[in-house]
Amino acid sequence: MINIVWAAFFILVAPVVGGLVAGIDRKITAHMQGRVGPSILQPFYDVGKLFEKEQAVVNETQIFYAICYIIFMVFTGALFFAGGDLLLVIFALTLSQLFLVLGAFAANSPYSYVGAERELLQIMAYEPMVILTAVGMFVATNSFNVNDIASSTTPVVLLIPGIFLGFLYVLTIKLRKSPFDISTSHHAHQEIVKGVTTEFSGPSLGLIEVSHWYETVFLLGFVYLFFGFNPLIGVAAVIIVYLLEILIDNTNARVRWQFLVKSSWLIAAVVGVVNLAALYFLSGGIP
Amino acid sequence: MTYLAKSPWIIHYDASSCNGCDIEILACLTPMYDVERFGIINTGNPKHADIFVVTGSINEQNREVIQNIYNQIPDPKAVVAVGICACSGGVFRECYNVAGGIDKLIPVDVYVPGCAARPESIIDGIVTAWGILEEKRIKKVSSPMVTDHGHKEHHRHAEGGAQ
Repeated sequence: MINIVWAAFFILVAPVVGGLVAGIDRKITAHMQGRVGPSILQPFYDVGKLFEKEQAVVNETQIFYAICYIIFMVFTGALFFAGGDLLLVIFALTLSQLFLVLGAFAANSPYSYVGAERELLQIMAYEPMVILTAVGMFVATNSFNVNDIASSTTPVVLLIPGIFLGFLYVLTIKLRKSPFDISTSHHAHQEIVKGVTTEFSGPSLGLIEVSHWYETVFLLGFVYLFFGFNPLIGVAAVIIVYLLEILIDNTNARVRWQFLVKSSWLIAAVVGVVNLAALYFLSGGIP
Repeated sequence: MTYLAKSPWIIHYDASSCNGCDIEILACLTPMYDVERFGIINTGNPKHADIFVVTGSINEQNREVIQNIYNQIPDPKAVVAVGICACSGGVFRECYNVAGGIDKLIPVDVYVPGCAARPESIIDGIVTAWGILEEKRIKKVSSPMVTDHGHKEHHRHAEGGAQ
């Protein structure tokens, strides 16, 4: 079932694609703000520079947690692209995110603490919807296996449109875009200094950047899963979804964490659960 | 490789400046000058920064802050003093509460004079600073840890040892 070639392909190609996506994102953002913007390769320059810098950390354990963060992020993505179990993928994703939180808590800094607490709130906010997405895919295709879902001829998105919308809502949190970039954010945005990444510097910050590229590619792969029945539509949908995220990022101010948690739970409870229930009753129960 | 020159992140600190130079620094970020096209980002976090941009002169309130920020920036790092007050103290040099330019406290690499310094000259100063950053990286210069204990002790003594 597990396809090693795809996993290796992900491990090698995802940082390149993720970095380019981040660069294109910054360019489009700049154009939306009437600026010229940096080169498309700018994220690679940034990370290259971070690896040239001194490793200055408060607590040595932080480096260990940053390494664990990237290892589990790569594992998540590799398992996903290899066609593994969707539930295991989601649990690995949460685990990697928790290592980032632990890393932020390891430094005794108020800014880092606030960032870590907010990161936990974000995890709390998006987790129900992500699990519902996995359940929705199971109801639609009768399998938790990424391979089966991707190669299924069922138009998944037409069966679970509500869950797709809910997933797009939490995708904004995962991609660290405004209005939900409450724990840390991109570009020149600042958030209580720099939130969860405040106390990371140099190479360990570089690792966090690279794992975010992995995460971006993995999440876009997740979006593709809704459109697995037609690769062409799938790729188009992934591009449109990302452009939409950039637009949302540039047209919204940051919200408070209370709104973040309430609204994402409400969306999960309304569109997610209603969609699941409708699917359940229409198909006369899960076969 | 010379990635440092392609992605210089700055931290900006207003040390008793009149805000004239600060407005000019922020003008650099606007669509008119858009320093992000050079990869320059205003980070707001010393641990992520490469270039320390200071405006205004040193006084008793900010000396510790300047040292603290400088010490927290990981090597290689450069300091750009923006505006004549940061360079030498400017018209406030003779004031009883002003110690002088930033170089009285931390090593300054680039001086950008002007009152207020123009955005073009600020950008020019930062461009000069990334050359210095690159030089420091190749020579593996480790910046000194700046402390001010002597000054503080002297000060306490002058106040009659009051805590």
